[in-house]
Amino acid sequence: MDHPADLQPAPAAIAHAPTVRQQLFEFVLQLADTSLVLGHRLSEWCGHGPVLEQDLAMANIALDLLGETRSLYQYAAELEGQGRTEDDLAYLRPATAYRNPLLVEQPNGDFAHTVVRQFLFDNFHYHLLLALKTSPDAPLAAIAEKSVKEAAYHLKWSSEWIIRLGDGTAESRQRLDKALATLWRYAAELTMPTATEAALQDLGLVPDYRGMKPAMDAHTARVLAEATVPAPQIAPFAQKGGKAGQHSEHLGYLLAELQYMQRTYPGLTW
Amino acid sequence: METPAQDLSRDDQFQARIDADVRIEPKDWMPDAYRKTLIRQISQHAHSEIVGMLPEGNWITRAPSLKRKAILLAKVQDEAGHGLYLYSAAETLGASRDQMLADLHSGKAKYSSIFNYPTLSWADMGCVGWLVDGAAILNQVPLCRTSYGPYARAMVRVCKEESFHQRQGFEIMQTLCAGAPAQKEMAQEALNRWWWPTLMMFGPKDSESPNTEQSMKWRIKRFTNDELRQKFVDMMVPQAEFLGLTVPDSNVRWNEARQAYDFGEVDWNEFWSVVKGNGLCNHDRLQARVQAHEEGAWVREAALAHAAKRAAREAVAA
Repeated sequence: MDHPADLQPAPAAIAHAPTVRQQLFEFVLQLADTSLVLGHRLSEWCGHGPVLEQDLAMANIALDLLGETRSLYQYAAELEGQGRTEDDLAYLRPATAYRNPLLVEQPNGDFAHTVVRQFLFDNFHYHLLLALKTSPDAPLAAIAEKSVKEAAYHLKWSSEWIIRLGDGTAESRQRLDKALATLWRYAAELTMPTATEAALQDLGLVPDYRGMKPAMDAHTARVLAEATVPAPQIAPFAQKGGKAGQHSEHLGYLLAELQYMQRTYPGLTW
Repeated sequence: METPAQDLSRDDQFQARIDADVRIEPKDWMPDAYRKTLIRQISQHAHSEIVGMLPEGNWITRAPSLKRKAILLAKVQDEAGHGLYLYSAAETLGASRDQMLADLHSGKAKYSSIFNYPTLSWADMGCVGWLVDGAAILNQVPLCRTSYGPYARAMVRVCKEESFHQRQGFEIMQTLCAGAPAQKEMAQEALNRWWWPTLMMFGPKDSESPNTEQSMKWRIKRFTNDELRQKFVDMMVPQAEFLGLTVPDSNVRWNEARQAYDFGEVDWNEFWSVVKGNGLCNHDRLQARVQAHEEGAWVREAALAHAAKRAAREAVAA
C-alpha cells in the first residue's frame, strides 16, 4: 500500500514579485484547505463503508487528497516565508481563515451525497490539475503533475458510482436525485474566481476556469446521460463564500475535531 | 457410501501429508472438522481486522499532525485489505462472505476481544500498534507456515504489513516518551490500560483451551497460548523499559533459571466477561458493523442491479 508520509521535496519556487507571491500563497492555501477538508470528510467513512471494497476506495481517495494537501501546505509555507509548517497551517488557523469552497465541507450524508459531492469536486479538480501541470510556476506544476493521475482515478470512481446509483434501483435513483438537488447549489463556487484567482489567471499562473468549463460540462452531461438522470433543470441559487472565508456551520465542527490535539496541547511534537 | 475403514485411511493419509508439511490446497480432500475449524479461525481473523478498524478509526479525524493522520489512515486501510484477503481465503473453503458477515452480525462468530476496549487518547494509537499488533504478530507469524495453503499465503502478506504497523506504533510511543511530561503521562496511562488486555489476546491458559491440541496436530496452530504469551512478555518488558515506562504488573521480574520473565496472573474473569459480550465496547462495535451493513444494503443492491442491466444490454448488443 502507498504510504504518503514521505513526500518528495518540491522544486524551488521561481522569484515572484511580493504581491504575486502573496496571491500565490493564498491560492495554494485554498487548494490545500480544500483537499484537507474533503479528505477529512472521506476519512470519516473509514470502517463504516457500505461494502469493504468501497471502504478501501474511499480511504484511498482520502489518502491521495491528504498527500496532495501536505505538498500544498509545504509549498504555501515556503511561499509565505514566515517559518510556519504544514501543521501550523492546518491546525492553527480559525475557520474564517480557511479558504475551501462550501461544497467540500458539506457532511457525508448517505453514500449518494458523498458520491455526488465527490463527483462535483473531482470533475473540477481533475480539470484544474490537468491545466496546472503547465503552469509556469514549477512547484505548483510539479504538485499538479503528481496529483492529476490520482484525480483521474477519483473522477472515474465517482462517475461510475453516479452511473450505478442513477441506473441501479428505484431507491438508489431517488437517493441520487435528492443528493443532486441538495449539492448542485455548491458546484458553481468551484469555478467562480475570487479576486486572487482572477489576478493569477491574468498572469497566466492559474488556468482561466472558463477554459475548463466546456470539458467539465461535457463530462457531467455524459455521466448523467449514462446514469439516465436529467441534469437539474433549474440551477438553484449558487451558494458561495467558502473561498472568501465565509463558511457554512459545518466547518467549525470539522475543525474542532481536526484541531483538537494541537489546541489542547499547544506547541508539542507528535 | 463410504466404509469407516476407507474414512480412516483417508484421514491417515491426510495426517501423513500434514506431518510431512505438505500444504493442503482448496481442491484437496480434507476432514470436515479441519474445514470447519479453519473457516471458524479464518473468518474470526477476518472479522477481527474489520472490527479492528473501529478503535483506530476513532482517532483518524483527531490525529495530531498531518503526517500521523496519513500514517493512521493508511494503517486502517491496510486492515480493510487484510479483511479482504482473509475473507477470500475462507471462501476457498466454501464459506460465503454474506454468511460470514451474517454470523458476525448475529453474534455467532467472534472477533478478537481486544477491540472491545475503548481508545481514549492519542497514546492508544501507539499502544494498539506497539502492543496489540505486537501480540497479533506473535500469533500470526507461525500462521505463515500453517497447513492450509491459501491461509498461509494470505498471512505472509498480512504479517509483512503488521510488522510495519508495529514499528509505527512503537515510534508513536517513542515520540511521546521523549516529549513533554503530559505526553509521557499519556503514554503511561495508555500502557496501564492496554497491558493486561493484550496478554489476554493469546487466549485462555493451555489447560483451558480445548481446541489447541487438535489444532496443533493439524498444524493450524504451531505454539500454545501460554508459550506465545511468555514470548510476548519477554519481548515487551525490555521495550517498555527502553521507553522509560512501567508495565502495570508488580510481579514482573527476570527469572534467571528459566531465562524468561515471571509475570502475574491475568484476570480471567475479565477475559471471559469481555468474550461473553460485557466489554465496554462490545455493543458499540457490533452495532457499528451492523449499521454500516444495513445502511449499505441499498448501495450493494444498486451495484448489482446496474451490473445486471448492463450485462443484459451487452447481451442484446452482441
